[in-house]
Amino acid sequence: MTTISPQRAEISSLPRGTGTRATRIIGIATIVMIAWLALFGLVLSPADRDQGDSVRIMYVHVPSVWLAYLAFIVTAVCSAIHLFGKRHSLGVDRIAGASAEIGVVFMAVTLATGMLWGRITWGVYWQWDARLTTTALLFVSYIGYLAVRGLDGTQQQRARRSAVIGLLVVLEIPLVHWSVRLWRSLHQEATVLGTDLDVSLDGLMLFSLFVGVIAFTLLFLWLVLHRSRTLTMIDLVGDRELDRAVIARRAEGGIDHA
Amino acid sequence: MAEVSRLAIARAMFVKDVRVEIRSRVVAHQILPFAALVMVLFAFALDATNVLTRVAPGLIWLAVLFSMIIIVQRTFAVEATDGALEALQAAGVDPVPVYWGKWAALVTQLLVLELLLIVTAIVLYGIEVRAGGIVLLVTTAISATCGLAAVGTIYGGLAAGVSGRETLLPLLVLPVASPVLIGATRAVEAALGTGGTAIAEGWPWLGLLSVFAVAFGVGGSFAFGPLIED
Amino acid sequence: MHPSPHDATGTVIDLHDLVVVLGRYPALAGADLRVDAGEIVLLAGPNGAGKTTLLRACAGLARPVRGGGTVLGFDLNRERDAIRSGVGLVGHRNGLYADLTVEENLQFWGATAGASRSDVAAAATAMAVDGRLLTVPVGRLSAGQRRRVALAVLVVRRAALWLLDEPHAGLDATGRDELDQLLRRAAQAGATVVFSSHELDRAQLLATRTVSVVAGRTEATNG
Repeated sequence: MTTISPQRAEISSLPRGTGTRATRIIGIATIVMIAWLALFGLVLSPADRDQGDSVRIMYVHVPSVWLAYLAFIVTAVCSAIHLFGKRHSLGVDRIAGASAEIGVVFMAVTLATGMLWGRITWGVYWQWDARLTTTALLFVSYIGYLAVRGLDGTQQQRARRSAVIGLLVVLEIPLVHWSVRLWRSLHQEATVLGTDLDVSLDGLMLFSLFVGVIAFTLLFLWLVLHRSRTLTMIDLVGDRELDRAVIARRAEGGIDHA
Repeated sequence: MAEVSRLAIARAMFVKDVRVEIRSRVVAHQILPFAALVMVLFAFALDATNVLTRVAPGLIWLAVLFSMIIIVQRTFAVEATDGALEALQAAGVDPVPVYWGKWAALVTQLLVLELLLIVTAIVLYGIEVRAGGIVLLVTTAISATCGLAAVGTIYGGLAAGVSGRETLLPLLVLPVASPVLIGATRAVEAALGTGGTAIAEGWPWLGLLSVFAVAFGVGGSFAFGPLIED
Repeated sequence: MHPSPHDATGTVIDLHDLVVVLGRYPALAGADLRVDAGEIVLLAGPNGAGKTTLLRACAGLARPVRGGGTVLGFDLNRERDAIRSGVGLVGHRNGLYADLTVEENLQFWGATAGASRSDVAAAATAMAVDGRLLTVPVGRLSAGQRRRVALAVLVVRRAALWLLDEPHAGLDATGRDELDQLLRRAAQAGATVVFSSHELDRAQLLATRTVSVVAGRTEATNG
């Protein structure tokens, strides 16, 4: 059971922000890596033989899809830990929530950059291919997950509900992917997508991509730490308001009986 | 206290839901006409007979999905109006058989709905059911319905309690149900021979639909309790 | 008429320092409650004082963020399922299906608790539900009749502790007297009753003891 007074002590001992030494180091490393990514992605790496400069979209697109999936894996794992763990920890629930928020944002970036690249390369924004369609449904499902997190209720209720929804999404993904793949395999144009693998990656392009993945992983770490701490603080503020309200109610009772 | 068998609770739940529908006729008098109306509206939107025949299987399942959302809202509104779902919780009734009882009632209602929609498609869109495709058609309808009802009942439970959650239902249900829409549409196309598809092409989809039904049936058994818990 | 499955002798409710939150608002701010078997306890207090939440907490429904204790000998924070199956809570809503008849409702609730068909008839009689009403849909009954059906559900379920939130609300004078009689009979048959009311004088006719609920806390008024 949650006790209130120790948390109140915790509030007064909290720093004014969500930064710590560790997050500042990660933050600086992220900035450096993103600068590197810009340097390699925009300047040093060559344009593609067939696709020209549009290939550079890949240096944002691939790392952001990686980050989004990483975020959703973290959400799923944290949901499972919350639900099956003995403590039903609210801490992991907040990490799950923070991670899902970041995942949704970067999934949007993935879809947007993917569509731009598709328009340039294939002449269309959208292809009904298994990966794209699964990604889009995943995106919508996590928006639903975040909506469930926003429902009324206590912190424990929120945590339990959203953990269940978080795990149901995991159940959904392979089925969606399987169905879309089976569906598109009936259509020959599915092979068009092969082109994005046809990009002949030379050493420098591969290295730029690698820099991007590292930069975005650090960015994820930095964001998830800050966001989950922010969520913790929001919950603590809720607890403190509650504490005040309890005191107020008691005073109200005292006045009534004085 | 005597341990009550899960089967007895599920049966009581199922009988109760069917009785409520027989008495109130909300599905029969409001939701089935709505579904038929949707089929008419599709015909207005896709103004060409040959197009309609071609896409009829997909339209049938779309109409099923939309109508299911309303049926789920209705069947959980029945639970919420006088606080029955809450009372079941308050009485410590095992949520797993409650889930299965409501699931079974939803399956029954959806099968009636699908029968009506297929007849509507025969009449309005001119589709033809060939003799060889009937087995595939029926097995597809049953397995797709089992999966849809499993999903609908899970999220219906979540949306039941507090008002204002109903608007969340389509956002949660439709993405999850999309494999059923894809699979059931393709399987019915094969059963009807739409666009020259062979019946044999339908069977792989049945595998998908069955796995889906089992996955969400099992998932729902675990998820329903925590979702309706206050 | 009313076999108690828990053999609830001695202390039925023993709760202390309960803090329960609804939304962001503390509905209970450190409430204590102790009830012995066979008592008919009145929770008195103004609207919004926390009576409903206290009843829900006793039923193992409202989750306390602080405090605890036992109900029917089970721990409030850890054995909620056991508490729930032994407790009968009737609130502002009766938990009945309006489209179904009285008999069908009682059968449904009986089936969830493993009761037989004869239990259903006996329960209806015990709560003075007229035999002719059995085949009438609950939606067509008066408020008083519905309340009695809801109580008959508690008999069918063999609930040892009856938690009734404003059971007299919406009843006329005759209805209230009848209800009082039924509750006294239930208590004689072994049930413990805790009910709430904001009409102190009227409710004290029924209660064997009164507990005041003010601003989310409890105070004993008279022994």
